[in-house]
Amino acid sequence: MNMPDEGGHFGTWGGRFVPETLMHALEELAAAYREVQDDPAFQAELVHYLTQYSGRPTPLYLARRLTRELGGATVYLKREDLNHTGAHKINNTLGQALLTRRLGKKRVIAETGAGQHGVATATAAALFGLECEVYMGEEDMRRQALNVFRMRLLGAKVTEVASGSRTLKDAINEALRDWVTNVETTHYIIGSVVGPHPYPGIVRDFQSVIGQETREQLLAQEGRLPDLLLACVGGGSNAMGMFYPFREDQAVRLVGVEAAGEGIETGRHGASLAAGSPGVLHGSLSFVLQDEDGQITPAHSISAGLDYPGVGPEHAWFKETGRASYLAVTDREALEGFQLLARTEGILPALESAHALAVLPRLAREVGPQGIIVVCLSGRGDKDVETVAAALGEGAR
Amino acid sequence: MSRVDDAFRELKGRGMKALIPYVTAGDPDLDYTERLVRTLAEAGADLIELGIPFSDPLADGPVIQRASARALANGVRVADILGAARRITERVSVPLLLMTYYNPVYHLGLGTFCGAAAHAGVAGLLVPDLPLEECEPLRIQCERHGLDLIQFLAPTSTPERIRRILAVSRGFAYCVSVTGVTGAQVCLADQAAALLRKIPPENPVPLALGFGIATAEQAREAARLADAVVVGSALVRRVEEAGAGREGLAAAAALVRELATAVHAS
Repeated sequence: MNMPDEGGHFGTWGGRFVPETLMHALEELAAAYREVQDDPAFQAELVHYLTQYSGRPTPLYLARRLTRELGGATVYLKREDLNHTGAHKINNTLGQALLTRRLGKKRVIAETGAGQHGVATATAAALFGLECEVYMGEEDMRRQALNVFRMRLLGAKVTEVASGSRTLKDAINEALRDWVTNVETTHYIIGSVVGPHPYPGIVRDFQSVIGQETREQLLAQEGRLPDLLLACVGGGSNAMGMFYPFREDQAVRLVGVEAAGEGIETGRHGASLAAGSPGVLHGSLSFVLQDEDGQITPAHSISAGLDYPGVGPEHAWFKETGRASYLAVTDREALEGFQLLARTEGILPALESAHALAVLPRLAREVGPQGIIVVCLSGRGDKDVETVAAALGEGAR
Repeated sequence: MSRVDDAFRELKGRGMKALIPYVTAGDPDLDYTERLVRTLAEAGADLIELGIPFSDPLADGPVIQRASARALANGVRVADILGAARRITERVSVPLLLMTYYNPVYHLGLGTFCGAAAHAGVAGLLVPDLPLEECEPLRIQCERHGLDLIQFLAPTSTPERIRRILAVSRGFAYCVSVTGVTGAQVCLADQAAALLRKIPPENPVPLALGFGIATAEQAREAARLADAVVVGSALVRRVEEAGAGREGLAAAAALVRELATAVHAS
């Protein structure tokens, strides 16, 4: 069965919970997207930019030392960190920038948490000559100052969001307010599989290149499918991009890893699936972090990209149906995952991806030496070096 | 016939348009909200919108965002707002409407929320992030509990959507006067007039214009175009500037008297 349905529902999840002002733009976007799905010229152009500009396909790298160190399943890394701009986000922004041109719009807006989606949007906007404004929480601008500068170098206007918790959630609110105001001239490039229909499906499809390549590459290298796919989940775009092409391969376990922050029991975390409840945030029904009155509560994670109190509706559907399972790891465990990869393979992962790496020792044993695990290494860790140094304190020296 | 229908029918009989002021509940506390709403009614409001503050008010501009943040920072709870609504409706005869984003309603449970609102004497609900396609479950509960679920029309609504939205509208239809958030700059002759021209002439549902209407002059112009005028941000800002004490009540009364005169005379 193809998901979502015409109204954007994955089972009971998803949908469109936005002001009436945006409904026409969402319908227009859904129609434009339906058109380009079957348009060979559009798809060829997208493939052209993904290969010639972003450097796809990204390698599926056999991590021998890591595998040996863990003493369990064979571990492959899907190297999304080797994309242009250093993360998987560009897969989506190139696709949506091309869509923007189809819509005849000249301006794009985006929200960003860690800054990776902001940089990827600013990059695509520069490439296609679009005006670009990125909304970013005040707190995140402080944490990710380098990415703010990168966006400005790329010609984007970066607007500080000082409302609410001053992080990703509030940046999305502000981007939606801009979109309501400028909807006739502006396309909103949402950075994850969240938001109102048709966004969760569009972002999933553009990110599915991750799972499609993984499938072909592993079949070529090992002659079989993996036993387990592992990815971090904030909004959930790299995970959905990895999982979706394997959704019907029931023998392939899908495991998403959320941010447990300082620990689920402290209430300071970003684990919407593991510790949240059903609710409506940013235009769709999914799992959210909220209080007894349905007020959204701030998330917390050492990684700005997982610092979000919601998650894509298709992940809620995967959780409900049991197609995927979701774990959560703390800031401290993520730092261990970060160091593990740095030490064994010479790769600094993004702190987001480090959450997936943190559960690898356990899952590698569980799957066993005959098995294969593919980890989606969603981004590179250069942006996080200062945060990691501060968190490790003495240990960093 | 709902209380909202009665209010519009009665005004129409007198050849008058309606003024609908909005305030955020619990800004800065609920005692003040109760006094403020009574003041609005005495100053000439025909219906009153009471906003339940939400953590993520994505349809609101800075003024109502600040009001919501103040109310939530002071710990206002949905159950307490419904209690205050009940005390208000026992003393004030103009219909009281609750404006809320969808999540607080969804989280409490649609039936539970509507039951509690009806018990509090509320006449209807406005939920700005609940478009036609998603509103049926709440519409059913509202009907069961005798509440009007007010629908929204926007400058970007197509004629076909407008027809479908009006077909399920109860009480009145809220016409958003500008593509933007509450408190935005508005030129009524522009987008609002264009939206109203798309309404089929045989439409029986009263139309209210809101978003960005701040002055008596704008209210007069809006009342010429539609059956009712909603004023929110301008009122909340007036109280914010005067301070939430006696001065705030006096400032709110003065603004609403001025707006009511303009609207009723149109």
